[in-house]
Amino acid sequence: MSFKIVVLAKQVPDTHNVGADAMNADGTVNRAALPTVFNPEDLKALEMALRVKDRMNDATVTVVTMGPPRAAEIIKDAMSRGADDGFVLSDARFAGADTLATSYALSQAIRQLGEIDLIFGGRQAIDGDTAQVGPQVAEKLEIAQITYAEELLSVDEKSITIRRRLERGTEVVKASLPVLVTVTSAGDDCRFPNAHRLLRQAKDEVRMINADSIDADLDRLGLKGSPTKVKRIENVVLAHKESMVLQPTEEALNELSATLISEHIL
Amino acid sequence: MNNVLVYCELSEKNEIADISLELCTKGRQLASQLGCKLQAAVIGNAVKKAGESLYPYGVDEVFLADDSRLSPYRTLPHFDVLSRLIEDQQPQIVLFGASSVGRDLAPRIASYLRCGLTADCTSLEIGSHQDVKNNKTYDNILLQMRPAFGGNIIATIVCPETRPQMATVREGVMKKEVFDNNHKGTIIPLTVSESLDKADKAVEILSREIEEQKIDIKGAQIIVAGGYGMGCKENFALLHEFAHLIGGSVGATRAAVDAGFCEGERQIGQTGVTVRPKLYIACGISGAVQHRAGMEQSAKIISINTDPEAPINAIADYTIIGDVMTVIPKFMACYKKNLK
Repeated sequence: MSFKIVVLAKQVPDTHNVGADAMNADGTVNRAALPTVFNPEDLKALEMALRVKDRMNDATVTVVTMGPPRAAEIIKDAMSRGADDGFVLSDARFAGADTLATSYALSQAIRQLGEIDLIFGGRQAIDGDTAQVGPQVAEKLEIAQITYAEELLSVDEKSITIRRRLERGTEVVKASLPVLVTVTSAGDDCRFPNAHRLLRQAKDEVRMINADSIDADLDRLGLKGSPTKVKRIENVVLAHKESMVLQPTEEALNELSATLISEHIL
Repeated sequence: MNNVLVYCELSEKNEIADISLELCTKGRQLASQLGCKLQAAVIGNAVKKAGESLYPYGVDEVFLADDSRLSPYRTLPHFDVLSRLIEDQQPQIVLFGASSVGRDLAPRIASYLRCGLTADCTSLEIGSHQDVKNNKTYDNILLQMRPAFGGNIIATIVCPETRPQMATVREGVMKKEVFDNNHKGTIIPLTVSESLDKADKAVEILSREIEEQKIDIKGAQIIVAGGYGMGCKENFALLHEFAHLIGGSVGATRAAVDAGFCEGERQIGQTGVTVRPKLYIACGISGAVQHRAGMEQSAKIISINTDPEAPINAIADYTIIGDVMTVIPKFMACYKKNLK
């Protein structure tokens, strides 16, 4: 029987490269103007999954994402790096989902895959930084979770041993399978796409899955299934305080340091 | 009555963690405003003393789960105890630290209860919300503010229909303050042993390595912080030299940490630590909102930047336009001269 691994991934706007046109005049986010990337920690999760695959006989890695059809790009990317398969949950009925509705949709999709041994995902996505979807998928599937994983120590058919990061140290935990693991940015970088694999799957269409095929309660999907509502969005406009602008001349710096010393700040 | 509940974390010394005391302080304000009780959940091993230490922070009821299997923290045993407690008590608000514990536990609880959870809130208030579409008004609900979308916007999140309303808050964001040294609460022991048997088995801790905290910038009075504009790791050495001279600590932005310029423990901002020094010197920092969230309460801010338009300059008391690598040595020379 083959060993089944699922990787949860997300295509995200590249929030590190936000340009001036990133916001619409009404304060909403202009997603079209933002470049997208494979969420960085999800790539680390993919690498950990591929390392498990390397160590096991007959293991498969399936990448699951939710998003617009364009998110197929990261499925192709993942497959060129070594994943076996993947699909996009894409449907207008998924739109507007918060983490609860997202984790419900993802967990229903995973249920359709049958028995799963391991699920990996990034700890958090750079567009929300919530770190909630991983633990919520684990709860919905009623399996254990290991968050903040940074290193795979060992794995076999029955268990996995992981080093995880705490605020002030690390912890080595062993979990019986199945378990869901979320990987931090300290995980190993993902291997590069393989040209041969890239070519082989260049023409393949990535599977799109809609809400009808995951046996879902439609009331628990998308905006409808999301308990959190955005009440207000504010563009961040800085409140100007009285600021003194100095040129870095000897005289100006001398005066500043003397002032700070006399005010007992330095 | 539906109360406000704080999930309390324990330090390595088995005391209530600072983040939880900060949440109790906030929770006290919210509970007083709502006219309800402040409750705390303390889940661990031999934690009666820790539980009682919460009274001065205004906690009225401390739910105590005491069992050797509850320490150190593991997800499923704590999930088991806390989810039962919340189902039983039906609090209207539950607060967690946005720590490796809180961010592990809170989402699992929210999923189980099918309620909303807002991560990394920078502000929590009681207010009202009008749902225009359904023509409904919700009074006395929790308004949860958090930076979103890479920090380019501040979102106010509400959970009008589901209870409890849950939020996580990072350490240092809220102030820890004694409410009343004479405030007396009660301990309510929870029975846990039976239900824990099943939850105990899934994940086993083989070993833990807790490092002595070498870097602690939280309490520093002066912070010299570097951003991506420092250019490279080597240039950070100048910040250390500068900080050493003026008796400060070195901090950094997420961009600088991600670029490998310095250790992650030095990261200041929404996903790092929050600081309130008397002097904050921002070197080559543009000032993304997540970074500012972690330092804008500094008493005095100096920005050194080649870009006169850098957002950080807007909250700086002094802006020095220039390259940090030339400005800092000059400033250090002036400082030494003026000290004499």
